[in-house]
Amino acid sequence: MSLTDLTVAEAGAKLRDGEASSVDLLDSILDRASMTEAQVHAYLTIDREGAHEAAGKADADLADGIDRGPLHGIPIALKDNMCTRGVETTASSQILAGYVPPYDATVVQKLRDAGAVIVGKTNLDEFAMGSSTENSAYGATFNPWDIGRIPGGSSGGSAAVVAAGSAFAALGSDTGGSIRQPASLTGVVGLKPTYGTVSRYGLIAFASSLDQIGPLAKSVEDAALILEAIWGHDPLDATSFSGAYPDPGAGLDRGVGGLRIGVVEELAGEGYEEAVETGVASMVSQLSDAGAEIVEVSLPTFEIALSAYYLIAPAEASANLARFDGIRYGHRAEGATTEELMARTRGEGFGPEVIRRILLGTYALSAGYYDAFYGQAQKVRAAIQEDFARAYESVDVLVSPTSPTVAFEVGARTEDPLAMYLSDICTIPSNLSGHPGISIPIGVDGQGLPIGFQVMAPALGEEVLFQAAAEVERLAAFSDKPELAEVAS
Amino acid sequence: MPIEIDISHVARLARLDLTDEELEGYRTQLGVILDHAARVQSLQSDPLHESAHPLGFVNAFREDERRPSLDHDEVLAQAPDAVDGYFAVPPAMESE
Repeated sequence: MSLTDLTVAEAGAKLRDGEASSVDLLDSILDRASMTEAQVHAYLTIDREGAHEAAGKADADLADGIDRGPLHGIPIALKDNMCTRGVETTASSQILAGYVPPYDATVVQKLRDAGAVIVGKTNLDEFAMGSSTENSAYGATFNPWDIGRIPGGSSGGSAAVVAAGSAFAALGSDTGGSIRQPASLTGVVGLKPTYGTVSRYGLIAFASSLDQIGPLAKSVEDAALILEAIWGHDPLDATSFSGAYPDPGAGLDRGVGGLRIGVVEELAGEGYEEAVETGVASMVSQLSDAGAEIVEVSLPTFEIALSAYYLIAPAEASANLARFDGIRYGHRAEGATTEELMARTRGEGFGPEVIRRILLGTYALSAGYYDAFYGQAQKVRAAIQEDFARAYESVDVLVSPTSPTVAFEVGARTEDPLAMYLSDICTIPSNLSGHPGISIPIGVDGQGLPIGFQVMAPALGEEVLFQAAAEVERLAAFSDKPELAEVAS
Repeated sequence: MPIEIDISHVARLARLDLTDEELEGYRTQLGVILDHAARVQSLQSDPLHESAHPLGFVNAFREDERRPSLDHDEVLAQAPDAVDGYFAVPPAMESE
């Protein structure tokens, strides 16, 4: 077994047994990346120097008896919308080409404090807007399971490095499903924690009331270990939760005996691939055999969740992305006046999907249309929260597919924005409610492409979320790995 | 049915300099997307409460304390143009 196949927990055990050093783990990752990157193109930046320094320090610390916990010495990748001091951070946009942040995002600082080794920055859809990682100014990322297909998005780079073994784990961000959907399409675990529990300080903002950072990992246990390292109250984020945090690892071995699991009726039917529906139904029946009580649950507002999302998220994006004006950082176009400079900078610096969403959000917020679009979308959002609250009166967790389809072919949806948006139909409700959700791989379809199973829980319900997710992982016993050809770059 | 929008006006509000051809493309696509988004108007009842924060937060306060800020030179080093420790831009107001 190659070192790159290890989970974070297994790699940590090898470090402490003296069977491998952090430098060994890092070298194995870099070797693997030199083979996979030519095909997958998941990294935008690999920080060899910084990573080697951090790995060397992790080894020296461990030799001195300083153990910073489960992530100590473990090479981890970051989505390139998280600010890293001294390392270029682009959000996959031309407008931020060459931007070197003068500070670390809180999650980056927390990973460093936990002893993690930051390998590099992964590709995403520009400003996290997309579901395929094709909307990147630096070229698309491809799915390690079939390089003719997309890895999902927007955290497609982070999902692909974990699936390809070119990082032990990665952080992504999830605004409408951008961690869970790519996790599903690449056969890894992806978690969106409760809104407000992981600091957004230093995350390049897309839609601030929806954005949440979380882990992409090889196992449910790894996702819990990383969550514990990165979450917690942060005074630098005004929406950060300051109360008592749950213990995500507490229920991992508890099983699902007596757990009430709701199957969401609305997340099935037209548009869902047969293999996805069959896989999910089979897992539900296994959960029932394992002692869970299965209930069909209807959340009628889910039918209009996507519509509300595509008003709220672009509206917030249109405000957040106003800061990219060619004055303080990033790309600048020439202009005779400041306004001309701004409009030209933005027109040539942003890619088409970003422009589309800025226009959409600007329209939804503009005089005469605000009440009919943005105002009404906020009412739908509240109604979705009420639907969830009603459902959680009778069940502990909700389950559904993570994505209605497996990974689709490169270019299949680039000309049809609405078809692309439908990729997130199962994940968007949890962003609108602020609740946690996790995707766990449960098998492959007839073409050998991974299928993901989503578990959702109430706000701060990470303990029961992980309890159910761990059982799904045990029952699925999914151990397939993508077979990338041995091609050196 | 696709919704008709005044795309030039919206692009002007968003400070996006786009060609006529680009504007026409976005006008068509946004019409289709907005037609789908307009389904939010099918919600009949008014929700009992509205809050964007799932945990019901309304505001966050902290002590008014001095903290170190980012390094001035390091921040300005990222600017496309800086003069004497300031961000530099062309004239913001039109002159006669």
